[in-house]
Amino acid sequence: MAHDSTHTNQSATKRIWYVFMLLSVVTIVEVVLGIFKPAFLVQTDILYMHLLNWIFIILTVYKAYLITWAFMHMEGEKKGLRRSVVWTIVFLVCYLVFILLAEGVYIHDVFSNGFVTWNF
Amino acid sequence: MEATVAQTGTEGKTWGGGNKPLGASYGKLMMWFFIASDALTFSAFLAAYGFSRFKFIDSWPIADEVFNHFPFLHGVDAPMYYVALMTFILIFSSVTMVLAVDAGHHMNKKKVTLYMFLTIIGGLVFVGSQAWEWKNFINGTYGAVETRGGQILQFVDTDHERVALADFAKTLPQDRIEHQPSNGVWYDADKQTSASFTVEEITKGFEANPNILVRIQQLDENGKKIVLSREASLAKLKNDAVTTVEGANLTNNEYGPPLFADFFFFITGFHGFHVSMGIILNIIIFFNVLVGTYERRGSYEMVEKVGLYWHFVDLVWVFVFTFFYLV
Repeated sequence: MAHDSTHTNQSATKRIWYVFMLLSVVTIVEVVLGIFKPAFLVQTDILYMHLLNWIFIILTVYKAYLITWAFMHMEGEKKGLRRSVVWTIVFLVCYLVFILLAEGVYIHDVFSNGFVTWNF
Repeated sequence: MEATVAQTGTEGKTWGGGNKPLGASYGKLMMWFFIASDALTFSAFLAAYGFSRFKFIDSWPIADEVFNHFPFLHGVDAPMYYVALMTFILIFSSVTMVLAVDAGHHMNKKKVTLYMFLTIIGGLVFVGSQAWEWKNFINGTYGAVETRGGQILQFVDTDHERVALADFAKTLPQDRIEHQPSNGVWYDADKQTSASFTVEEITKGFEANPNILVRIQQLDENGKKIVLSREASLAKLKNDAVTTVEGANLTNNEYGPPLFADFFFFITGFHGFHVSMGIILNIIIFFNVLVGTYERRGSYEMVEKVGLYWHFVDLVWVFVFTFFYLV
């Protein structure tokens, strides 16, 4: 629960609307970028992905942070609870994503190096 | 803290959940446990989607072309607007939920009732929107042809604008007899007869219209689908095409690899199922608020717990939105 909600109703609701505004702005930025797809962001590649996709992912993680911290009151919970939930997920998801995506890239290479015909 | 924890008669009883080792009540802690495990389930689905995506990185469908419908705007290319609207609806219902939780802290029954009601409405609108999105996806727009190797051939005009099968395919005077259950041990409707056009009709129509070209799934270096020359188009269509594909199901879809539709149905379906369950939970809590259960209990913590679940559903959508529609 938010610390300040016990003091005044005003500040708690103010924070909720502020976070909503942040979430909206980030979503609008994502949609605008997704529709126009600026050429320089699509053509620059960092670590197997377009820069644009990295921007989308970073903005998504930022939105996830806002929802978890502000709406789910993670900011008001004990450190132990916060860490046991967030670190577990972050660690396991990073591991899973790394394993699966690396494997996907490998299979793509097998397909494109000509030993398997699949375009017929 | 104390004011928000329900007094349920288990105070001090460790196995009754009376202890609060992390400063959170038993119920809230268990909700966090559930959310953490559910988050891993969704991560696994999305990571599996990423796996298939990287496997077919240079031939995956372009989301902007697949999801470009908007209500009352027929034939207008509106990429992403609809799904952005859906995202706003869900984020907004998350806001009304957190406002309900906040009103609960102040024991304001009237406000909790109002905000819970708005949250339920938001959830219903979202699920309805998702159903509409599914309808468009399943029906398809242009139709395509599938090759022996399971590749999708789409049709474009000389400006590389998509062309629907109905715009050029010929209707040949042939008898297309529907397979009847009386003629076979197993009733297995043939794909060819259930589609609006046969491959022969499409090929004949293609030959008669010199300004139509075939677009294949492979992407060029600019991220656009490759369009074949007229000769290559004809050869591809004559040699390789085997079935007509209209719309999407679990075995073929007109947008690209079958996996694309499979993941779409599975991930958005599983998320939609979560939203539906959330709406039911919200309705139960809403009626409990109405009859004054939490007023008597002296705490609205139940609203907070169901709120955690609701925010989690919103959180998952944020990721689905990114990985299905943006990336």
